[in-house]
Amino acid sequence: MSAALPGGRALSAPLMGHETEPTLFELSVSGRRASSFRTSSLPEWSAEELVPAELLAASPVELPEVSERDLVAHFTRLSHRQYSVDLGAYPLGSCTMKYNPKVCDEAAAAAAFAHVHPAAPPSCTQGWLELLVELEEQLCAITGMSAATLQPAAGAAGELTGLLLMRRYHEARGETRTRVIIPGSAHGTNPASVTLGGYQVTTVGTNERGGVDLDSLRAALDDDVAGIMLTNPSTLGLFEEDIVEIAAAVHEVGGLLYYDGANLNAILGIVRPGDMGFDIVHLNLHKTFATPHGGGGPGAGPVAVSKHLVQYLPGPRPVRNSDGTFGWATPEHSIGRIHSWHGNALVLLRAWTYLRLHGADGLLAVAEIAVLNANWIKGQLRGTYDIPYDRPVMHECVVSAETLERETGLRALDVAKRLLELGFHSPTVYFPLIVHEALMIEPTETESPQTLAALADALLLIAREAQEAGEASAAKQAPRTTPVRRVDEARAARKLVATYDQRP
Amino acid sequence: MNVPEELRYTSDHEWAKSEDGRLRVGITDFAQDALGDVVFVELPAPGSTVEKGGPLGEVESTKSVSQIYAPVSGTIVEVNASLTDAPEQVNAEPYGAGWLVVIDPSDSSELDALLDATAYRATTE
Repeated sequence: MSAALPGGRALSAPLMGHETEPTLFELSVSGRRASSFRTSSLPEWSAEELVPAELLAASPVELPEVSERDLVAHFTRLSHRQYSVDLGAYPLGSCTMKYNPKVCDEAAAAAAFAHVHPAAPPSCTQGWLELLVELEEQLCAITGMSAATLQPAAGAAGELTGLLLMRRYHEARGETRTRVIIPGSAHGTNPASVTLGGYQVTTVGTNERGGVDLDSLRAALDDDVAGIMLTNPSTLGLFEEDIVEIAAAVHEVGGLLYYDGANLNAILGIVRPGDMGFDIVHLNLHKTFATPHGGGGPGAGPVAVSKHLVQYLPGPRPVRNSDGTFGWATPEHSIGRIHSWHGNALVLLRAWTYLRLHGADGLLAVAEIAVLNANWIKGQLRGTYDIPYDRPVMHECVVSAETLERETGLRALDVAKRLLELGFHSPTVYFPLIVHEALMIEPTETESPQTLAALADALLLIAREAQEAGEASAAKQAPRTTPVRRVDEARAARKLVATYDQRP
Repeated sequence: MNVPEELRYTSDHEWAKSEDGRLRVGITDFAQDALGDVVFVELPAPGSTVEKGGPLGEVESTKSVSQIYAPVSGTIVEVNASLTDAPEQVNAEPYGAGWLVVIDPSDSSELDALLDATAYRATTE
């Protein structure tokens, strides 16, 4: 039998041509409609009869007019130009772009769940409530926390929820604190959430092993610090070795520890944020628990808290009643709603299904294989790419093209573009910011050894081409095989054209 | 990398040039190269005050958003309004047309604490 080919290499993805897909406006024909109500028995009313004159626009809004057939074809063609987790390997570090099992989608599509109205009384929705309570209990068991809210719509909403909980906690103690500490390697959403939560950001440095610099942290700590936001493993893919000391130092000044769940995939079943000393934990269900990702969601970012913060959680929360039935209850000092109804319930259902699919032993295997895969890739790249902070990594590794750039002109961006020609989505580039020419690779547990080998080979080939041809190497012209080649990101940002009527 | 001898520098990659007691401030060639294509620059309002080492504004590139820090304390007397429409000047001429602000220092001795070209060059190696 011949060796298996890499299932995650997308070189055969069919692309019909290189013409630009027209916008719906360019496909528009006046009077054409995607739907019509030929046999409606309802009386017809004109806009003038229904809407007060002062609220009517003077002229119709310019909207595209297309048939259903053309509309579906347009979006189908666009979808064929996307690289997705269903198409091939997607090692976009920090994002945990793991494959989403289809059984989770099947569960979410089941009418018994999908057709339930959120206002239905608890007596009619016991199954749904039981499922939500179970999900909360399982997430708390995984993170080592006491209770959770399932409402937040995604990661950033979870961060804001956590900061509002932090604020309420300090206010209840009669304290006004103004600062939140964030390490230099943190996700950009952390400082944004801190600002939105009404706090000032204080940044602390990174030590030579890639962890939080304890001296820098201790110098920043005083009784004005509301808390610290950390991921562990960190954004460098490294386990925060001093987490116990960090927790003690922050708690000593009365601050709280917030755990950004971005990198939870590496530690499932191995270590729990609650045991490390965290008070507030948000989870990205779309990362760790394989619910659909990106493109505006819907996502889900539950927030779990330790015992002393449960009374502040958003409500109403699904609860288990003493008689074994299920209902809704709002905590006494709740910060209020963070989402309408019960959050993105069908996403929560997908995560529940994923947890059931894997069980405790399966989740442990997820973390172990994710970590193994990241370390294997790093080992393959050592000697060709720079490896800053070279110690065993968790679920992702950060390598750098700094030396390659200096010696051959090959930049991280060139590697990213050439990788597309070789059948793979790019890793994250230029992040974290503290590493020059960074390539942040997160293979996840869902890629096979064959795919990992093909991905490593592709990255090594790109470096070899640059060493042999310098500025004339293939990477400098890449991507040449995609419908759109290298876009002018700088001009797009400087001269933003966001709507069709702003077109040049 | 271009580090003009006549300018003073911060370890955060700002440069400062003394002009009749006032300081013209920008980011260094090293900084603009590390940031990549600059797409947006946010500057303080003229008349506002800044503190040495405190935030002066932000430079956004296609890679990241970076804080700029004030090399000295003082009052902002002039900002480079042309960067609103042409932020690429920061990349093309970091020491010329890409300057950011002019500060009237409140304590002229703070200038002496800034790095000279040799010391700054050493921080980037």
